[in-house]
Amino acid sequence: MNDRPISRRRLLGAGALGAGGLIVSGCDKLGGSTAFRSLLTGAEGLHMRSQRLLSGREGLAREFAEADMSPVFRANGNAEVADGAYRRHLAQGFAQWRLLVDGLVARPLALPLEALVAMPQRQQITRHDCVEGWSAIGKWQGPHLSRLLDMAGLLPAARYIVFHCADRFGTRPYYESIDLVDAFHPQTILAWRMNGQTLPLAHGAPLRLRVERQLGYKQAKYVMRIEARASLAGLYGGKGGYWEDKSDYAWYAGI
Amino acid sequence: MGSAEDSAEGPQNGDLVRRHRLSTRIWHWINAAALTIMLMSGLMIFNAHPRLYWGEYGANPDRAWLTIGANAEGEGLLRIGRLVIETTGVLGVWTDSEGVVRHRAFPGWATIPAKYSLADARIWHLAVSWVLAVGLLLYLLWSLANGHLRRDIHITRSEWRPGRIWHDITEHARLRFPTGAAALRYNVLQKIAYAGVLFGLLPLVIVTGLGMSPGMDAAWPWLTELWGGRQSARSLHFIAAFGLVAFVVVHLAMVLLAGPINEVRSMITGWYRLPKDRTA
Repeated sequence: MNDRPISRRRLLGAGALGAGGLIVSGCDKLGGSTAFRSLLTGAEGLHMRSQRLLSGREGLAREFAEADMSPVFRANGNAEVADGAYRRHLAQGFAQWRLLVDGLVARPLALPLEALVAMPQRQQITRHDCVEGWSAIGKWQGPHLSRLLDMAGLLPAARYIVFHCADRFGTRPYYESIDLVDAFHPQTILAWRMNGQTLPLAHGAPLRLRVERQLGYKQAKYVMRIEARASLAGLYGGKGGYWEDKSDYAWYAGI
Repeated sequence: MGSAEDSAEGPQNGDLVRRHRLSTRIWHWINAAALTIMLMSGLMIFNAHPRLYWGEYGANPDRAWLTIGANAEGEGLLRIGRLVIETTGVLGVWTDSEGVVRHRAFPGWATIPAKYSLADARIWHLAVSWVLAVGLLLYLLWSLANGHLRRDIHITRSEWRPGRIWHDITEHARLRFPTGAAALRYNVLQKIAYAGVLFGLLPLVIVTGLGMSPGMDAAWPWLTELWGGRQSARSLHFIAAFGLVAFVVVHLAMVLLAGPINEVRSMITGWYRLPKDRTA
């Protein structure tokens, strides 16, 4: 009675440690197999369909009061941009800068910042949820993306809206994409104002996408060009975004 | 579990008897695998931002109630409120399988994948979360229908008597487990533990997990508000996960002490040999 359980325990303890190692290496091997990995990543479609079923097309992300705002809003990803053309625009206060809207549109646009500022505005205090786990609450203001797309006139073949950005990680430019459900969502805006001030450099000046029902990496900063496309295939890595291409982050980032 | 009475006609000490239903056995092992993957991939996700907060927002400029990190001297530190525990080698600072010193919260042997990848950990975590949640839901519905919850988990009024609970506690503390037909029924401490996991920790870990999702927050805002915000939900998710770890540790210890071969067999085949009376 005295010895047996202890030796048993030792035996099983060693077994458990070995099992831990086996689980890690087993899962790493499974995760590396293409078929099994596509089974796991297939859950992304399930997340998107179930969340859209629950919230509907127009379901709004929660909005907050001024008192709820983060005292300091953490800047993440690139906090500045090396690109020469961008630096010149930054130095000129984006006076000569134009936002391009093109691709599958009837009327391609080149809009100066004043045009975006003069459009009907939406202001929203929302929570920014980073994929890493942290959150910050901030106030954003800008025109609806849907209004810009209506101005440009989306062609029937358009299925995705791609945001081409000025910042790069190494040689790879940042970009992101959303589908038309999120593009025409009432809270999807192009923010040029944050927390009552002109959008700061670290947060994506002059223009940042806010797509409030998804995680932080979808909130593309330094947006230079908006492109309507029929498919994401053939664009960079084909997965619809910088992090999606580089690390296999989920394209649908509602969870 | 059978409901045999300890009578002359009932099963005797040493008899091989049917103990666990097929549905219980299937769910037990699926759930054991799912929880293991959820925990280990969850630890990797935590590594991406090893700080916990209360409230709606929380990021590096804000005050965290728990952090795992390293100091300038290269010591791993776990901070909970004002408590600081040196954890070099295990948490914060540890050496990986190739001998490289890593500055991450949880070590590679405890995470899926072993090498830092938030994206891969999320792929595992979010896919297997369906197995965990749907599995629990089906098991609870099935166990309600077949009477498992009412007969085996439901704690009767007489079992809630403090004297009865205290008796079970002292018996457990002396490692004196029920023998004969009494071992066929869960004792009150087992019932409290199993009910606490089925109706407490597992639903809590699932609902707080959903409460961190911006898409769910748009669909069902109460899911996040219930906990006082996304960062509170994240903290409770972590606490519930470690509550489940504590349950598993005690559960495995009890299996070892009660006779691992008999116990594990009964959870695989359903057959259980009734323990003999203590002779001493």
